[in-house]
Amino acid sequence: MSYVTYVFQKVFGYPKAKAHKLMLDVHHKGKAVVSSGAREAMERDAETLHGYGLWATVSHDS
Amino acid sequence: MTDIGPGSFPPDDEDGPGRDDEDGPGRDDEDGLGRDENSFSLGADGDDLDDLESAEDYDDEIAATFHPIPGGASCRFAPAQAGVIRSLVGQVAELVRSDTGIDPAQPRAAAEPDLSSSAPDELEQMLGLSGNAELPDDPVLARLLPDAYSDDPDASAEFRRYTEETLRAGKISSAQAVLASLPAGGGDVVLSEPECQHWLKALNDVRLALGVRLGITDESQELSDSVSADDPRSAYVWVYQWLAYLQESLIEALP
Repeated sequence: MSYVTYVFQKVFGYPKAKAHKLMLDVHHKGKAVVSSGAREAMERDAETLHGYGLWATVSHDS
Repeated sequence: MTDIGPGSFPPDDEDGPGRDDEDGPGRDDEDGLGRDENSFSLGADGDDLDDLESAEDYDDEIAATFHPIPGGASCRFAPAQAGVIRSLVGQVAELVRSDTGIDPAQPRAAAEPDLSSSAPDELEQMLGLSGNAELPDDPVLARLLPDAYSDDPDASAEFRRYTEETLRAGKISSAQAVLASLPAGGGDVVLSEPECQHWLKALNDVRLALGVRLGITDESQELSDSVSADDPRSAYVWVYQWLAYLQESLIEALP
């Protein structure tokens, strides 16, 4: 779905090809790691993605 | 790390993400039409829906599609199309506003904070702390305001306490931007780039809400299978697909 690809590009500044691949990963694998870093930064990303209606979760593993 | 997981977005007809079933707690129940008078219940005007379908069937020129313009996008809406969008966007905003102190008619940023009072709840409101830590019971709200930790209820509650009110306010302000730019009688809508962002978010929220109410959780399932033809909700399957098309055209129109 191009909305999801669009949001990944908009929020993370990813090139379209990378954003599209992440969207497909969610499609095929059920989920995808879209961002990595410190907890505070990940929570900010999750909050931003929730604003776009994407169901982002933060996980502790690396 | 941040995961995008199941139920992150509504499936669509082509390459949309597949949802198996993991829509989370409370989202599996058969949520019928009008279960709760106060919540989003798929209640657009029936006449508008009829007009919408006949307009799309018989007059290709009237199919609403966004086109790029310098600095934004534009689209011409028939009265019935505008009516359906306004109704659904308004209902989602009302649901998101429910049990908060946010006035839907008043953009939050425009409100003057009252600094003369130091009542704790007002301070919390200024800081965007809703104090609420629970996943909403309503399955649509639970999808629009999801948990941020799938395996850590305490962390989810903490996250929600600090972010939920801001998230609600953002969804309401996107809905307000749509209602402000789309005349009830339809016509040409010309959007700036920031307005386009509001439209994308608001249209997506409506699709998420419709998806939950229609039980659309698996992209491989035919939409017509999830709602039978004699179900009063069946007209909304068509609306759901139409909104997907409209949203897609807006994305295509953006630089």
